[in-house]
Amino acid sequence: MTISGASMTQSTDLDLVNVTKRFGSHAAVDDVSFSVAPGEFFSILGPSGCGKTTLMRMIAGFENPTSGDIRIRGTSMIGVPANKRPVNMVFQSLALFPMMSVGENVAYGLSCRGVSRAEAGERASRMLERVGLKGFGERRVTALSGGQRQRVAIARCLVLEPTLVLLDEPLGALDLKLREHMKIELKQLQATFNTTFAYITHDQSEALVMSDRIAVMNQGRFEQVGSPRELYHHPATPFVASFVGETNRWQGEAAAAPQGGVSVRLPSGTVIHGQGRAADKASLAFVRPEAIALAQDPSALGGLPNRFEGRVSAVLFDGANSSLLIETAGFGEPVRAVLPQAGPLAGIQVGAPIHVGWTADAMKVFAT
Amino acid sequence: MNRPSLPWKLYIAAFYLFLFAPLLVVAIFAFNASPFPSPPWKGFTLDWFIGSGGTFGKPGVLIDPIWLDTIANSFKVAVPVALLAVVVGTVNAWVLERAEFPGKTFLSMMMLWPLVIPGVVLGISILAFFSRLANGMEEWLQTDLDFLRPGLPLVVLGQLSFILTISTLIIAARLRKFDRSLEEAAFDLGASRARVLRTVTLPFLSPALIGAGLVALLMSFENFNTTLMLVGSEPPLPITMYGQMREGATPAINAVSLLLMLGVGGVASIFALTAKAER
Amino acid sequence: MSRKPGIRFTLFLLLAPAVLWLGLLIVLPHVEILVLSFSERVAPRVYAFGFGNYLEFFTEPLYWRTFARTAIMSILVTALTLVLAFPIALYIARVAQGRVKAMLLLLCLLPFWVSELVRTLGWMMLLRETGVVSYLLQATGLTEQRIEFLYNDGAVILGLVYGGLLFMIVPLANALESLEPAVVEAGFDLGGSRWTVLRRIVVPHAMPGIVAGSIIVFMLTVGNFATPVLLGGKNGLWFTEQIYAQFITRFNWPQGAAFGMLLLLLSSAIVWAGLRLTGQSLGTTLKQA
Repeated sequence: MTISGASMTQSTDLDLVNVTKRFGSHAAVDDVSFSVAPGEFFSILGPSGCGKTTLMRMIAGFENPTSGDIRIRGTSMIGVPANKRPVNMVFQSLALFPMMSVGENVAYGLSCRGVSRAEAGERASRMLERVGLKGFGERRVTALSGGQRQRVAIARCLVLEPTLVLLDEPLGALDLKLREHMKIELKQLQATFNTTFAYITHDQSEALVMSDRIAVMNQGRFEQVGSPRELYHHPATPFVASFVGETNRWQGEAAAAPQGGVSVRLPSGTVIHGQGRAADKASLAFVRPEAIALAQDPSALGGLPNRFEGRVSAVLFDGANSSLLIETAGFGEPVRAVLPQAGPLAGIQVGAPIHVGWTADAMKVFAT
Repeated sequence: MNRPSLPWKLYIAAFYLFLFAPLLVVAIFAFNASPFPSPPWKGFTLDWFIGSGGTFGKPGVLIDPIWLDTIANSFKVAVPVALLAVVVGTVNAWVLERAEFPGKTFLSMMMLWPLVIPGVVLGISILAFFSRLANGMEEWLQTDLDFLRPGLPLVVLGQLSFILTISTLIIAARLRKFDRSLEEAAFDLGASRARVLRTVTLPFLSPALIGAGLVALLMSFENFNTTLMLVGSEPPLPITMYGQMREGATPAINAVSLLLMLGVGGVASIFALTAKAER
Repeated sequence: MSRKPGIRFTLFLLLAPAVLWLGLLIVLPHVEILVLSFSERVAPRVYAFGFGNYLEFFTEPLYWRTFARTAIMSILVTALTLVLAFPIALYIARVAQGRVKAMLLLLCLLPFWVSELVRTLGWMMLLRETGVVSYLLQATGLTEQRIEFLYNDGAVILGLVYGGLLFMIVPLANALESLEPAVVEAGFDLGGSRWTVLRRIVVPHAMPGIVAGSIIVFMLTVGNFATPVLLGGKNGLWFTEQIYAQFITRFNWPQGAAFGMLLLLLSSAIVWAGLRLTGQSLGTTLKQA
């Protein structure tokens, strides 16, 4: 009862406890801890060189942590080689075996486990059917399209029914259109199989679209772990605020603030008001472009603590993602705002005068 | 520059004629019903291949024990050379591409060195060294170690001395193109180290292994300079041909040359096919 | 850290074949002939250190003349091969397209897959007094009598050039292949004549190929044995023949070893000089081929 009790209470698939990996004196992964729940789509988002690949390779078993523990369903994986871990990986290059057919690729792991050839083939073709590649078993992997190769790589892992599937930027090599499509497909696959996915990427849109939770990683450390919405709306650090999603970013000094808020004095002397941590040194202020209200008449912005007058310096038309750059007195760089697709401002031209404003809640201030 | 002038085209044509003239002459006169390998044409015969010796006093190549023995000798050398070249070449390629150790650059330079040494010098140096070794062993062990004296085993070693460089280069070039994540993927899917090697790495290398083996086979069959210095009482094909050519030969030598050309053509086309499969 | 000895043992096993090969078949044998070349026979079966074998080389005119002749003729053969091969390589690399190109290159390769002795046999059958060329000349009435084309320097050079062609064409064609057509067109566009473009643009670009091809052809020529002996007969006088004679016929190994060292020295010196003059490295040069 005690033994099964331990696993009964175990409600996580993956736990990392104070994991550190050093290469010489450089810490590629620095004291990272997190847990992933069963069935969760967990992403690690960070710029290249932030240590996310090293982290993933430690979970897969290709690297050993310098210190700390990696547990899968409560069992420590330290000293367990990659071929004995209940973890499978989808490689960045996909690493499909070119010398084998699609079916042999998918059956490979099964035959390594000693499953008979006939049964492995049978299970492989059933798996191919589930990922929408029915009848592809005899094809050569080189004869597949990018999206099909992707699905083979995932099928090859899923057929082994692993506790956890690791995905190392598998969409990186695809072109934009296919990447958009595969994002949705991956998410759906994960939902159908209800397998725990750990996904690493440097593309914030991939992470935001697919993940249940995201860890933002920078210089070997986790900056913040949270749902896509939390990260987007309540970034915990300036790095997260600027790395996740589009944003306006201004530097200044903390200034006297009205009740509850924080104020930042820009180098030009202009003071803007927001929310965040007060500090009496250099501060950073962030405002999302969609949080900036636009009006031709200043009275429409009445009541906003931040109101300024500016002039449109550029119209960046990109369909639903269109935005305006607004040259605003007191700001070193133009203010970026979402261009409304309807209403009186939809047809605005470069040079037109305009009023901008935002609430104190929309502006996040961080001490640097 | 893109529209070749007439003289240039004529030169190209003349060049290819020049290239193939000697081979054509050798091939054609293999069928000449004459005891001498020279014109005039005296009619078509297959006697120089399968004749019993009734007509010209000497039997055809495929009957004559001299030629059959010498061809057998060539195989006795070429097969071990090719096998060893592939096995040792694979290990060497692994050392060059995968291992890290001090002095690796020096070792890789050393591996290229045999290509710069004239074949005759390779031959005499191995002859001299192994003779000293044999003499030393004889005094020490009081037995004569025959394989260290001129003969087929020494020819195998002599040819290996430079063919190993070629096979190593061929296999290393293929290994360099290998995507290591394939091995990691196989390992990740639960394969043991040995299984990864057997199911992923070696199949990937196989075109180069076959290619290196065939090249080694051909080079061994044709090697003359090194072999000449190390040969004992069992001459391989080029040595017998050389002897016959010095003494004045019958068209039997044309017949054996034609067989050699056909054999080489066969091996070369297998080689070309595997090279295509590699791409 | 308990894995360290295991890794070291594996590395040791992997290195063993290479070390055995290079040690037993290359380094020690060369040390042996180096030592051998400095030993003199002072009494039957008694040898002592000395420079006698090298002195013998310089005092006996046959030896050093053969050596000089081999060196000079090899350089001549290399130059001739280069001149003959260049238009072919240029045609293959820059004019021929698609299947024709592949065909031409394959046709170039084919004769060289066949044994050197078969090719030499072909030349002997063409050139000797009772051979095909002489027969055709007489039959067409161009000459009254049979002519001996064999057993002279011309035949030796012909045979050696023929043997070297492939090893020149392939590196040349590889080097010429990488020349941008636009660069050549720009050369013409800026007013260059065919000759200027060839001299100022095409040849400099092909330099790595020229060096690689020349070095390989030179090495093969200088170390050749069968071609000069068979096509030159008594007039062949190639240095490898002297080595063979000392080792196999006269059984004077120390003298033969000294000759071997001299040949190695000559071949290495020319290769080194060629690389130095053009600033190339051996590794990249061999890769060209």
